[in-house]
Amino acid sequence: MLTRFFLMGLDRKAGLVLTVLALLAVLVPVMTLIVPEGSPWHVSIFTVSLLGKYLCFALLALALDLVWGYVGILSLGHAAFFALGGYAMGMYLMRQIGPRGVYGNPILPDFMVFLNWKELPWYWLGFDHFWFAAIMVLVVPGALAFAFGWFAFRSRVTGVYLSIITQALTFALLLAFFRNDMGFGGNNGLTDFKEILGYDIQAPGTRVGLFLATIAALALSYMIASGIIASKLGKVLVAVRDTESRVRFLGYNTESYKLFAWTLSACMAGVAGALYVPQVGIINPSEFAPASSIEAVIWVAVGGRGTLAGAILGAVLVNFGKSYFTGALPEFWLFALGGLFVLVTLFLPKGLLGLWAQLTARLPNAKGPNAKGKNAPNGNTADQKGM
Amino acid sequence: MSAEDTLLYLDGVSVSFDGFRALNNLSLTMMPGEMRAIIGPNGAGKTTMMDVITGKTRPDHGTILFEGETDLTKLREASIANLGIGRKFQRPTVFEPHSVWDNLELALKAPRSPLKTLTYAISREDRARIEDILDITRLSPKRDRLAGSLSHGEKQWLEIGMLLAQDPKLLLVDEPVAGMTDAETEQTARLLCDIAGKHSVIVVEHDMSFVRALGVKVTVLAEGSVLAEGSLDSVSANQQVIDVYLGR
Ligand SMILES: Nc1ncnc2c1ncn2[C@@H]1O[C@H](COP(=O)(O)OP(=O)(O)OP(=O)(O)O)[C@@H](O)[C@H]1O
Ligand SMILES: [Mg+2]
Repeated sequence: MLTRFFLMGLDRKAGLVLTVLALLAVLVPVMTLIVPEGSPWHVSIFTVSLLGKYLCFALLALALDLVWGYVGILSLGHAAFFALGGYAMGMYLMRQIGPRGVYGNPILPDFMVFLNWKELPWYWLGFDHFWFAAIMVLVVPGALAFAFGWFAFRSRVTGVYLSIITQALTFALLLAFFRNDMGFGGNNGLTDFKEILGYDIQAPGTRVGLFLATIAALALSYMIASGIIASKLGKVLVAVRDTESRVRFLGYNTESYKLFAWTLSACMAGVAGALYVPQVGIINPSEFAPASSIEAVIWVAVGGRGTLAGAILGAVLVNFGKSYFTGALPEFWLFALGGLFVLVTLFLPKGLLGLWAQLTARLPNAKGPNAKGKNAPNGNTADQKGM
Repeated sequence: MSAEDTLLYLDGVSVSFDGFRALNNLSLTMMPGEMRAIIGPNGAGKTTMMDVITGKTRPDHGTILFEGETDLTKLREASIANLGIGRKFQRPTVFEPHSVWDNLELALKAPRSPLKTLTYAISREDRARIEDILDITRLSPKRDRLAGSLSHGEKQWLEIGMLLAQDPKLLLVDEPVAGMTDAETEQTARLLCDIAGKHSVIVVEHDMSFVRALGVKVTVLAEGSVLAEGSLDSVSANQQVIDVYLGR
């Protein structure tokens, strides 16, 4: 049954995405670990972690596209789930430091010693085990999303109002995590990690391993998402996006459908955050900032909403641009990002992938626009329902 | 009148929108297997009546019972649909980004929970049923077309097809022939009469030749309540009906 599920989602686009990811998974480790440093083909460890970071963002974008592109829920708070997954991983990494911290306390992280805490708060218990942290990476964002969605969807909050309360959610978490007495390191967050699963977190081998884990998570999530979209459940989701009330009159309990996609999406975002933290070496409350969630929306819009592959493409391209701009012209980045969003909304309502579909549809041997973006929302519905 | 043997029982149903009474003490009963045509001027409350039956609008007062026992005023839309009440909307609403086939597949009677739809694999019977409906609604050649690309009349037919796929006990059909040619109107009348054998049907329509072709009991609504009831000929002869509706 599981194979059938994954096969269902395997169209040409999925094949392309998975092939690119597989190529990266082979080439990057070889070019980093085997190709000697002097060679023009060598990829530095810095670049590997940068790529890994982009792919974590791509996973966040994929999660967002699942709910925005296919269910019409424009979440302006998805980075909250990402950050929660990141904190769960960060807590594990903090416990791994053990007595190697500045204060040398074998149990308490440095910031707790600094605050004169005597023992570990109860919610830190268990995070010395990787398996426990790994479960929490899914459970914490998932449970929050479930509770949030339960109330929001049952009260039939939709559209702009729903977007605003997702934004409020991440903002509330931002304020909470800034507080020192929350026990998550206040505005410094969690950092100075040493080891993951007993491996030196700075070692090239570990870095490549984390990169590969990110690719695997992205590929698996992509397959899950495209399997869902291709299933009858996915068709119900798209129907809910465009005409929710009509779906109800067919006897579908649309709330539970939205809740399913929403919770799954939050779990994916949590995994993305968990993979992000060891690769960038820090997690702090700024990840909860409303702007982070809005940036994720821009990635999806740029790549093409409701296409999955577009979300990945958009996240990687925009973040590549961000790395470039913040290095070369730091003061221009925000303008560039804002301008990009305006341009895409005005001229490319279906994003880069939509543009690609249009171009290939003009070619004589192409299969036509329906082959690719069949379920993609058109520009108008994006304007009316999405925003 | 007792509610026991009825399929649908409305008693004293009222709905106000900002003080305006769209339904005013409306009472109406339907027997199992019956087909009923509802006519009445614009704004008479015909669509609103369907809204209160299907849970879209909550009545301010009154009783609505399905099969003599289930109180519909307490249920949500999806539960009401799952009891076996299907609806076609006045403005045809189909799932535009989906193909004709997928629209029917979504409507097809089958378990409605997310887990069941996630693992749904179309069975041979389901396939045959959809093929059947495609033939009945003459949409077979367009099965792979996106529903959004159909003409107005074809969307009407698709929505009727979706109703058939749902296989409800009671069908509420709001203005099925709006935007259809005479020939299509005639076909639709025949189709609805075919359906009526196995199901109960309420049809709202302004097209009098269509109502005549159905040849069933007619209820005239005006200002939110029943003005007259009976055969088309008898209500057409009713002076009040002529005044508020037919004579205009
Ligand atoms: N949601 C609503 N809010 C406010 N007023 C409404 C609402 N729904 C219906 N009405 C009003 O209630 C009255 C009855 O409307 P309804 O749509 O039931 O009429 P109808 O008999 O179906 O008319 P038509 O033949 O034009 O379809 C109308 O005056 C309409 O404006
Ligand atoms: Mg009406």
